Amino acid sequence: MADVLLDIRNLRIEATTYPPGEQPMTITIVDNVSLTLEKGKVLGLIGESGAGKSTIGLSPMGYGRGGVRITGGEVILNGRDILKQGKNAIRKLRGHEVCYVAQSAAAAFNPAQRLMDQVVESSLKHGLTNRAEAERRAVALFRKLSLPDPENIGERYPHQVSGGQLQRVMTAMALCPEPVLIIFDEPTTALDVTTQIDVLAAIKQAIHATGVAALYITHDLAVVAQVADDIMVLRNGKMVETGTAHQIIKEPKQAYTQALVSVRHIEHEEKQPTPKPILSVKNVTAAYGNGILKVLKNVSVDIHPGQTLAVVGESGSGKSTLARVITGLLQPQQGEITFEGRKLSNRLGGRTKEDLRQLQMIYQMADVAMNPRHTVGTIIGRPLTFYFGLKGAERDRRVKELLEEIEMGKGFIDRYPAELSGGQKQRVCIARALAAKPKLIICDEVTSALDPLVANGILKLLLNLQQIEQVAYLFITHDLATVRSIADSIAVMYRGEVVRYGAKSQVLTPPFDDYTDLLLSSVPELELGWLEKATAGRKMASAGN
Amino acid sequence: MVPKLIAQRIALGILLLVAVSVLIFAGTNLLPGDVAQAILGKTATPLALENLRREMGLNDPAYVRYFHWLFGILQGDLGTALTTKLDIAASIRERLWNTLFLAFWAAIVAVPLAVILGLVAVHHHNRPVDKLISGLALASTSVPEFFIGYLLVYFFAVKFQIFPGISTVYDGMPFLDRMKAIALPCTALTLGILAHMMRMTRAAILNVMQSAYIETAELKGLTAFEVIRKHALPNALAPIINVVILNLAYLVVGVVVVEVIFVYPGMGQYLVDHVAMRDVPVVQAVGLIFAAVYIFLNVVADVASILANPRLRHPR
Repeated sequence: MADVLLDIRNLRIEATTYPPGEQPMTITIVDNVSLTLEKGKVLGLIGESGAGKSTIGLSPMGYGRGGVRITGGEVILNGRDILKQGKNAIRKLRGHEVCYVAQSAAAAFNPAQRLMDQVVESSLKHGLTNRAEAERRAVALFRKLSLPDPENIGERYPHQVSGGQLQRVMTAMALCPEPVLIIFDEPTTALDVTTQIDVLAAIKQAIHATGVAALYITHDLAVVAQVADDIMVLRNGKMVETGTAHQIIKEPKQAYTQALVSVRHIEHEEKQPTPKPILSVKNVTAAYGNGILKVLKNVSVDIHPGQTLAVVGESGSGKSTLARVITGLLQPQQGEITFEGRKLSNRLGGRTKEDLRQLQMIYQMADVAMNPRHTVGTIIGRPLTFYFGLKGAERDRRVKELLEEIEMGKGFIDRYPAELSGGQKQRVCIARALAAKPKLIICDEVTSALDPLVANGILKLLLNLQQIEQVAYLFITHDLATVRSIADSIAVMYRGEVVRYGAKSQVLTPPFDDYTDLLLSSVPELELGWLEKATAGRKMASAGN
Repeated sequence: MVPKLIAQRIALGILLLVAVSVLIFAGTNLLPGDVAQAILGKTATPLALENLRREMGLNDPAYVRYFHWLFGILQGDLGTALTTKLDIAASIRERLWNTLFLAFWAAIVAVPLAVILGLVAVHHHNRPVDKLISGLALASTSVPEFFIGYLLVYFFAVKFQIFPGISTVYDGMPFLDRMKAIALPCTALTLGILAHMMRMTRAAILNVMQSAYIETAELKGLTAFEVIRKHALPNALAPIINVVILNLAYLVVGVVVVEVIFVYPGMGQYLVDHVAMRDVPVVQAVGLIFAAVYIFLNVVADVASILANPRLRHPR
């Protein structure tokens, strides 16, 4: 046991919540978790939201977010139990022995300071070296992390570099004081998939080159499989299973781990296009800011009745703008939209109530898409009253039917959104869209904010509903696994243009254009050594980072 | 980008000042009563009134009088006081200097004190020290200035006789005597503006303290005060500068009450005296100067906010 760096024993972490009008409640966030990490090794902590991964990850720094506090167990770093250390000793350990890489580097950098000042700050604070030496070390790290112009990038402010670059600068910031342990807290989750692969490769390479140990926190099993030696699966603050990366991926023992491993597979038979599309977008060009910022360039796609068109692309590719044009929220500069053969007005105000009813939307953040002061019954009931004039008992009966359809049960009719889980909220939003009996539903990243297992449930529900109601979907997503599960046809968007369009089988079969190749090859696969293979033979350098 | 934004703000400020000058001129012309009548009294003959009106140009159309007045001001001629026949510019010069002197020292005391108290309050957020500071600051603002003024006079001038109760200053007065004379009005002003600035400083920094980069700083092992000073304060500067400058403007244009209490020979006292005597040219001149000070300080605040924003200073 000479090599053990971090030894967490029977960790227990609690928080006190203060529900309005009720007695304060103590809830257990982490319960009886033990782990050991050897020097130079990487342990992946994996689990869904609320599993306690970040809370455990911050414990070696003696830090609790909000009202969180460690109430039991030991956290032994290099032979010292840091829970028994005083405030000053813990402060000296932070940013010196243990460093932290946060999820959103864009928010984790001080916008008012140059990057270099922030990167060398902890080295100087702890008196590890002088400024010149720290800056030299930082530049060497920038180079190691393949940042462009490593000599001068430190002179920039955070808003002057891209998200992928910032995440690498943050990794350099954590490595600069030469810590023994780094906590990576979902470091690539906020990035586009083609950026994620480069950042992931850079992080992995830096870990190996410096020999630092790491706790790597993520919800994405395929990502953690690329960097971790061992993996611990967590659920609701408790350990589910621990093992080597190979064991967890290839021979998961617990049912929950098996579910996580197999989550990506939904079989979906591709439907053939019909002669008459339900909605056609023809040569649409659209821009923001008086036509200055072009976001859609000559886009044409068809959606067929009862089928799903998946629009896939990275942030800034124009996929949400396409939805805004179709719904009439943004007037295109050129082009037209036809619905069941007749032209739809480009302006929202020029559309009839019937036009509005036929096109419904479901959004990414179900939380903010519902009025928190309305009950589920009111939320689903409003379109029933608005479009069909249903009231009273009749309306309630229809709401209950819809609740059954989304597999929630009529008991939810009097609940408020705050009393629902993330997946249930999204289901209510689906029911609200269905209430209008539309022919087309636009789903804008509807599963992106959800945990994989929950997202899977939502996708299955959407496919079922499509079969029953014969509704078409325009499915906007950045996630190719989702596309595979649900699409009949696919449009790949890149910088406002549709670069590849056709039936699913056709779009996903080689030969690929450069961008589609890059996109497809960047999606992490649940396979050891995938990262090395993927980065080895790529046709196109990823854009914007 | 930044020079253009600043030029825009300055141009807007000038435009605003012209608009205000029109308003002041129109407003004072709407006042009931006749200036000639006011000067000559009720027993004046119609002929005397008519002569005086012609002499003063009162029979000209309003816009002619306005431009006449405006061009005079641009050349430094604020006109002549009706009641004293003295040149307004000359009378104002010394009084404006006195007012600025008082405002300057009140600001020198109040601004750093408010910012430091705000920082201390953030450091002790929601603990007794924070509540004590907020409570005291709020109390000092809630009590009317004249009451604070008289309390100060009662204790420091009457009971303990440390400072004079009447703030007489004159040309060539030694600096220390002058400081002693303004000690009490300065304290009254400080207490009046302290709470607003302190509470805004506290709120602005607390807002920034929610940011993810504050957690980053804490996890670098910085002390709580280093986190506030190096990471929170620079990002809270824009709102703090704004509230500070708003209060500086108040110090110049809002000191009327305090100047009257302490019989301090400043602009406020001068304005109040001449409003009572219906001396329209003086009211116009003082109004315009107050407006100019107010607009100037607000332009400064805008420019400072632009300069405090790294996104504007260092475009991509």
